[in-house]
Amino acid sequence: MPTIEDVVCPFCGCLCDDIVVHIEDGEIKEVENACKFGAHRFLAVKRNRIKKPMVREGQDFKEVSYDEAISRAVEILTKAKKPLLYGFSSTCCEVHEVAVELAELLRAVIDNTASVCHGPSVLAVQEVGYPSVTLGEVKNRADLVIYWACNPMHAHPRHMSRYSLFPRGMFRDKGKLDRFLVVVDVRKTETAEMADLFVKVKPGYDFEVLNALRTILNKGDVPMEEVGGVKKEVLKELVGRMKGCKFGILFFGVGLTMSRGKHRNIAEAIKLVRDLNRHTKFSIMAMRGHYNVTGFNEVLSWESGFPFAVDFTRGYPWYNPGETDANSLLQNGDVDAALVIASDPAAHFPKESVKVLAKLPLIVIDPFESLTSRLADVVIPSKVVGIEAEGSAYRMDAVPLRMKKVLEADGLLSDLEIMERILEGVKRKLSHKAELRVER
Amino acid sequence: MEFILITGRTMHQGEALHAKCTDEYVEACAVCEMNPEDMKALGVKEGDVVKVISEAGEVDVYVKPCEGLDRGIVFIPMGPWANAVVPAGTDSTGMPSFKGVRVRIERSKGKVLRGDELVMRYAYD
Repeated sequence: MPTIEDVVCPFCGCLCDDIVVHIEDGEIKEVENACKFGAHRFLAVKRNRIKKPMVREGQDFKEVSYDEAISRAVEILTKAKKPLLYGFSSTCCEVHEVAVELAELLRAVIDNTASVCHGPSVLAVQEVGYPSVTLGEVKNRADLVIYWACNPMHAHPRHMSRYSLFPRGMFRDKGKLDRFLVVVDVRKTETAEMADLFVKVKPGYDFEVLNALRTILNKGDVPMEEVGGVKKEVLKELVGRMKGCKFGILFFGVGLTMSRGKHRNIAEAIKLVRDLNRHTKFSIMAMRGHYNVTGFNEVLSWESGFPFAVDFTRGYPWYNPGETDANSLLQNGDVDAALVIASDPAAHFPKESVKVLAKLPLIVIDPFESLTSRLADVVIPSKVVGIEAEGSAYRMDAVPLRMKKVLEADGLLSDLEIMERILEGVKRKLSHKAELRVER
Repeated sequence: MEFILITGRTMHQGEALHAKCTDEYVEACAVCEMNPEDMKALGVKEGDVVKVISEAGEVDVYVKPCEGLDRGIVFIPMGPWANAVVPAGTDSTGMPSFKGVRVRIERSKGKVLRGDELVMRYAYD
């Protein structure tokens, strides 16, 4: 039975790289070290797959060849005045690179799931900076771990055991005994149950609480007895712990980005961490969701100068979240076709956006059946990156890792092969159009 | 009764992610978690259907007790059921308001739809 070690898990932003996969007769039989999500991703890799490329015919789908599906996709993209290319967070950076070239060529808009995840964090980082660190440093040094508005027990199950709380680090050789865990949230989650100190905030009051912590840190007091549902003595205790630690880390989740205040919440959290560095070493990190959502932001940044929601309509990159992100474009009826790859916006966008998406000429590239694939005009199945295809991905702390191929998937193309063929098709079509214009 | 709705990831939702047209996804995501005292006040027990109504729309889901939630706050896992009541608009940030949605909840005799049925209904109606 072949055993493959040090496999990188293609599920969440933890990007655990210690997975052991046992294969027998071309099937994954056993997975070691993975969490429930990761094990399920490997063991259920053949369930709910899209088997053949398909195109819509009325209410039904007709199976077609890859060539025909790709040529229909090229037709849709080149006919559109302003197509949206969206998704990308569950595929590799090599695909992102091709997608950016495609977006520029088509004068399209390109966006990834960051815009419904940590997009506001990116806005805050651009405003006030990002005093961050790698997860290895956290493991080796952190003696105060804060999880704010996130629930790693459910969203990043190995985060605490691998990087933050339980592992024995170089300077924290007793593991959990050397660390103090604070959880700040609007509800008592399973993560909060484990906390040494749980701070419950009223929904929508994170900004006020963060601002009060800064005020206590910098001025010594706040003029009210309670802020955002948190008693002053609890806020003062928290400030005392933050000032007094040797190495603090504040991990924050989408509880801050999706609630009232959005990017202002994150900017305030970053400013708190900045202020704390006058007293001790303190860092902050976003709990990135999809395994390569960070990778897309990296690739788009080095290719276009901006991390998400980039509009190439003008012929140069234009970035204005609130106008150029997927949800604003859809809700304003500002795009006329869409290509969705490695994500499922029909499941994860608000209803008003999905209504518009359903009416657009829509191409979906995905290994699995999704709610978006049900709405598509062209469906192109692909290999699962990290299991059936190699590729590069960035962990939540922006450390790049090489993902392995552990299984054959005969008859399927990879995301990269599909996107390269679409790019070639678009190039041919556009040069043909240009030749016709010259002849006229 | 009036509530503040929080939506988000759960372990069960993450596992059912690649089986969205199945009952497994319904069990994982078409669920409204609520403080047991609020359930008593609403006159519902675990597994009953409730209608969650916001300015954006309404949706039928199963109700389930959760001790970790304060009274007045409910939680629905991320997915098409939650998104049926998440309002449009992004406050000029690109980010919809998935958390902190004001909703009204009442008992319902409605049917809880499967993920694909729900999306088809609100996409094409």
